[in-house]
Amino acid sequence: MELLLAAGIGILTAVGLYLVFRAHTFPVILGLTFLSYAVNLFLFAMGRLAIDRPPVIVPDAAAYTDPLPQALVLTAIVISFGMTALIVVLALRGFLETGSDSSHLDAPRGGKGDAS
Amino acid sequence: MTPAISALDHAIILPVLLPALTAAFLVLALRHHLRRERIVSLAATGLLLALAIVLFALASDGTVRAYRLGDWPAPYGITLVLDRLSATMLLLTAVLAGCVLIYAAGGVDGRGRHFHPLFQFQLMGINGAFLTGDVFNLFVFFEVMLIASYGLMLHGGGPGRLKAGFQYVAINLLASAVFLVGVGLIYAVTGTLNMADLAVKVPQVAPADAALLKTGALLLFLVFATKAALVPLHWWLPATYAGTSAPAAALFMIMTKVGAYAIIRVYGLVFGAGAGPLALAAAPFVMPAALATLVVGTIGLVGSRKLRDLSAFAVIASMGTLLIAVGLFDVEGLSAGLYYLVHSTLAGAALFLIAGIVQEQRGAASDRLIPAPAMGGETLLGGLFFLAAIALVGLPPLSGFIGKVMILQAVRTCAIWPWIWAAILGASLLMTFGFARAGSVLFWASGPVSERKPLPALPGLAAVVLLLAAIVGWALAAGPATQALSLAARQALDRNSYIEAVLLPGAPAASEK
Repeated sequence: MELLLAAGIGILTAVGLYLVFRAHTFPVILGLTFLSYAVNLFLFAMGRLAIDRPPVIVPDAAAYTDPLPQALVLTAIVISFGMTALIVVLALRGFLETGSDSSHLDAPRGGKGDAS
Repeated sequence: MTPAISALDHAIILPVLLPALTAAFLVLALRHHLRRERIVSLAATGLLLALAIVLFALASDGTVRAYRLGDWPAPYGITLVLDRLSATMLLLTAVLAGCVLIYAAGGVDGRGRHFHPLFQFQLMGINGAFLTGDVFNLFVFFEVMLIASYGLMLHGGGPGRLKAGFQYVAINLLASAVFLVGVGLIYAVTGTLNMADLAVKVPQVAPADAALLKTGALLLFLVFATKAALVPLHWWLPATYAGTSAPAAALFMIMTKVGAYAIIRVYGLVFGAGAGPLALAAAPFVMPAALATLVVGTIGLVGSRKLRDLSAFAVIASMGTLLIAVGLFDVEGLSAGLYYLVHSTLAGAALFLIAGIVQEQRGAASDRLIPAPAMGGETLLGGLFFLAAIALVGLPPLSGFIGKVMILQAVRTCAIWPWIWAAILGASLLMTFGFARAGSVLFWASGPVSERKPLPALPGLAAVVLLLAAIVGWALAAGPATQALSLAARQALDRNSYIEAVLLPGAPAASEK
């Protein structure tokens, strides 16, 4: 199980990093999503892998699994969900206003829309 | 059983609560009334300033105060910690926020929606990051601060700003992912994320786990270095700061300092000199990166073609100088660094606000460093620019000079100090050229005044004058300020009093002599 989980995290991270380094906004967003999945799994695994153990107190339980990583993962999921929504909107606005989904600052500096 | 805490101790959580409640009130009740939004936002920031002064006075007795939310004991509950260092940072944030808000109230806040709620949420995140005593909460407050900063960065809109904003958001999401991996590694090895508890457990780590823990610590360092714009992780900063509105860029001055603060906190305390096998884990990387940052910032500054780009590179150069001092991880270096930190935050913000005014006044030429028709209020603006430039370059008599001299003295303990002196002094010389070139093009190489031009808006000028007055005051108060900051630096590097205050609340308060 450890090997499976580790390989899964590794593959997700590799895919995420590859996509983040693309030059267009959509692959970058997908890459960030993959990375956040990898990070969530990683956080989950940091409390050690255990099967059939309760996280909170049960009178007849022999051993417990660590509940804290689950709380941390929940926080991380909420934050990454909100962030993904934000960056999707940002990419869409950028696409609609500039007509390209390049993530580079190609436009000559000081050009149109630069005045604040 | 923990001792009952006084009402004054509850004030520790108010710098987080006050902006949070203000922001919610603004967005729910006043979102269609810009004028009322301004009044409430300014009043709340004024209150925050008063609160920061109270907390600063509270912290100046030398006690480290831990505030346990819900009175849960320390390693389990959420802890906020107030000491001299965090109180100083809170005060600086409040002063900066007040000046920036006065500028924004001059009209920039009306160019998009929800400027004031975003501003307050950002203050909440910054204050929280300065107060938290827990690495995961540091992550959460970083995120609060960043989410608000995304909104502020994009405020006012425009395609250029959207592109720069996408990069800024993407870089920070990547940094957040790395932050979580680092936090995960640290938790997996030590089983805790409370900074005081970490400071106890890190020195006792089993030799087999030391490498894993160090990996986690260095991943965290990467994140803080990104926030602090250390080379080679600084590329996001010029596009972001030059791409956003003047008040947003001025407020962001404190965000790079949050990165520097996190480096001081985590690598001065948790992985500090007393951390056994992991002592000073990040120290070998800070100094070379800081020197490279100074060099890159200076070269960028000389090569800039717009005043806002120049300001952004001046920020990078000042972060380099600051982290050279922090990278010493001793009391003298840290107190010099803190003095310079306050100075560079105020001076950088003043420069960005001046760039904003210049941009408004010059119309089509914007802030590009090309000759253009004379602008209204040129003499006054030129004078203010001159003062801000002197402050940032570090020429006497302003506080930049005092800060740099203190840093030069502090690095004498370092083996490579001649190189550091050469870098800092050479960079100052080049920065003088850069600023002189920009100033002479902007304020002298202008055509004759054809018609009467309007003077700059009063709130903007007032904000710049206030910031510059604060810099002058900071130079005049250099004596008492360095004494206080020296105590703050000593306290920040003292593991035992921090650990006692957070983990052993029943023990007699650890007070310094």
